[in-house]
Amino acid sequence: MCSDNNFDDPGAMLLNGPRTRAFITGSEAVCEAVKRACVDMAIAYPITPQSESMHLIGDLYAKGYIKDYYRAENEFAVMAAVHGAALGGGRVFTATSGPGTLRAMEMFPVWAGARQPIVCAFMCRGVSLPPSIQPENIEMGMLLDTGMLMFHAENGQDFHDMILQAYLIAEQTDVHLPAGVFADGFFVTHTREEMMLPPEDFRLLPYDSNLAPVPTFDMETPPMRITRDPLLNKSNFISSSANASWHQEILAAAERARKHIRRFMGGLIEVENPGSKVFIAASGTAVSQSREAIRILQGEGIDAGLIKIKSIRPFPEQELKDAVEGADHIIVPEFNAGGWLAREIRASLDRNTRVTAGPRVFGGMTMPPWLIADEVKSAIQAAKVNGGN
Amino acid sequence: MKTGMLKISPGFEDIMPEEYRELVDNGPYGKNYGIGDLGSFKELLEEHPLCAGCGLALSLRLTLASLPMPEETVIVGSTGCSALAFPQVALHNIHSLFGNQNAVATGVKRALKLRFPDKEKDVVVIAGDGATADIGLDMVMQSWLRRENITTIMLDNEAYANTGGQESGMSMPGTVLNMAPTGKKFPKLSLPEIAHTSGCDYVAAVSPAKPKQLAKAVRRAILVARKIGPTYVQIFSPCPTNYKLNPKETVSVIRQREKDGLYQTKEFISEEAQAFLNTVEEKK
Repeated sequence: MCSDNNFDDPGAMLLNGPRTRAFITGSEAVCEAVKRACVDMAIAYPITPQSESMHLIGDLYAKGYIKDYYRAENEFAVMAAVHGAALGGGRVFTATSGPGTLRAMEMFPVWAGARQPIVCAFMCRGVSLPPSIQPENIEMGMLLDTGMLMFHAENGQDFHDMILQAYLIAEQTDVHLPAGVFADGFFVTHTREEMMLPPEDFRLLPYDSNLAPVPTFDMETPPMRITRDPLLNKSNFISSSANASWHQEILAAAERARKHIRRFMGGLIEVENPGSKVFIAASGTAVSQSREAIRILQGEGIDAGLIKIKSIRPFPEQELKDAVEGADHIIVPEFNAGGWLAREIRASLDRNTRVTAGPRVFGGMTMPPWLIADEVKSAIQAAKVNGGN
Repeated sequence: MKTGMLKISPGFEDIMPEEYRELVDNGPYGKNYGIGDLGSFKELLEEHPLCAGCGLALSLRLTLASLPMPEETVIVGSTGCSALAFPQVALHNIHSLFGNQNAVATGVKRALKLRFPDKEKDVVVIAGDGATADIGLDMVMQSWLRRENITTIMLDNEAYANTGGQESGMSMPGTVLNMAPTGKKFPKLSLPEIAHTSGCDYVAAVSPAKPKQLAKAVRRAILVARKIGPTYVQIFSPCPTNYKLNPKETVSVIRQREKDGLYQTKEFISEEAQAFLNTVEEKK
């Protein structure tokens, strides 16, 4: 059904084209995105809360929207098989959650190393013992240095849009990297909300493997000896230098993705109430909770701004620096125990004692807006006591 | 293979390596060569770095010379000794990770089917015994159970040779190896039988001691995988380095094992595969 495409510039269409209203869940939003993404092949493996979206994508296959689909044996095998399909020149999609992400972990740097623009949705949930299937995004902190692009959806609308945008960004010749689109499980996947969808007949252009910066493994694309003189295996200066420069190029490709993220996603961050003295900086569903916290604070006469971080990799260091240049406090609420986002923000800013790493909830707890508002007030109060701002 | 894929751009002839020019002028692509033609054409494997007398290297040479259509063959390898040789193989070959080869091959085969619906593209997995029978057994068997149209070839040197000679599931019981300091405590895995009961339409256990039999098995396995279903070939390829054998005795070691009843050639062919092979081999 890729041939139905009537849109020359799907990127512009996605950003500014007409949309129609729909009242659907996040899982259904994933399905709506994949339906329009001209995907050749999707591979599924069950795990909560991801399964529902991959069931729906199975239905897409049954209806002919996707050319191939199957249930694989485990997440490592799923990620290996989509890797194989991408090496063979196909556009692929898969999704997983928490423990599935960790089961498949070895494959993610391989995707990046092979420079394959695989798009994977992560419906984040708890990992480790005691077991939890509840929302939590600690797995994102574990994926920060795998080489993949990482986008964090606030809601179902973002989840839908970011999947389509991820293909547009990841498949650019000067990028050609895997992209993970993350959403906090259940909160996004199982919540029904009003969304705006592109027209039913909207499609991305089909993937053209000839535009890839690396050859396709099909015995049609030169060079014949793709791995002649290997980048690994030989313990000498030339092989380690070649290996190192390959990895530098992966990092450079992620840097080059910035301009495409600005074009297709409208920026790496969104700022509300610019110029505020107090900012809440968050990603995922913590953004929605922060928006409510700001409403509470404003009701109490405290002015605060919001920074929604959409792109986690590449990380918007400069955008953040600029946004908080005149700010005294940056509060970072998170749905995980580790506080990876606060660490990233602290590492990006000067005067980083301005950053409060919290509040944090995990194990499936919700994050009430008052908890964030209290953290903001505590930070302001502590600064007053210490004679600061 | 696209016409001209190998062709050297005008003006670059003199700077391309000699062995590449030989491949262009006298390679096996589209020629339907077999092992009987070895010595008369430029082989796909060039200057491999494997040890003297390596059984795996010999098996790999014979396997590559037996491919029915090298010009349309994509190899998926795995970590191990063979991964050291594959960068020197003039076919598109993929090295992803240790053990995931049959999952990767599944993806490659399915993508190539979608992209080239009117063309045969053979996807052949060539991996060691550790990759096939231990760390990757799950994905190997699952690809058989799913009836993927891929050929799985195990180069069985009965050890993890590349990491320094550790016991594998394919080592013989009682063998003292690294990580089996008092000898292996359980039998060699009967993977040909497992492949047979897992639905492989063609299964063979062969060795380079009988090159013609090896060549026939590889060819049959690839042809059956194309049209009928999954296939498996296990090639006994002793490791002189880790088993402390005299490198020149690799083949005689295989013969002795066979004589002692400790290695057997095997072949299982499903009815459907046999009917198909009859038509193919009659034509020939």
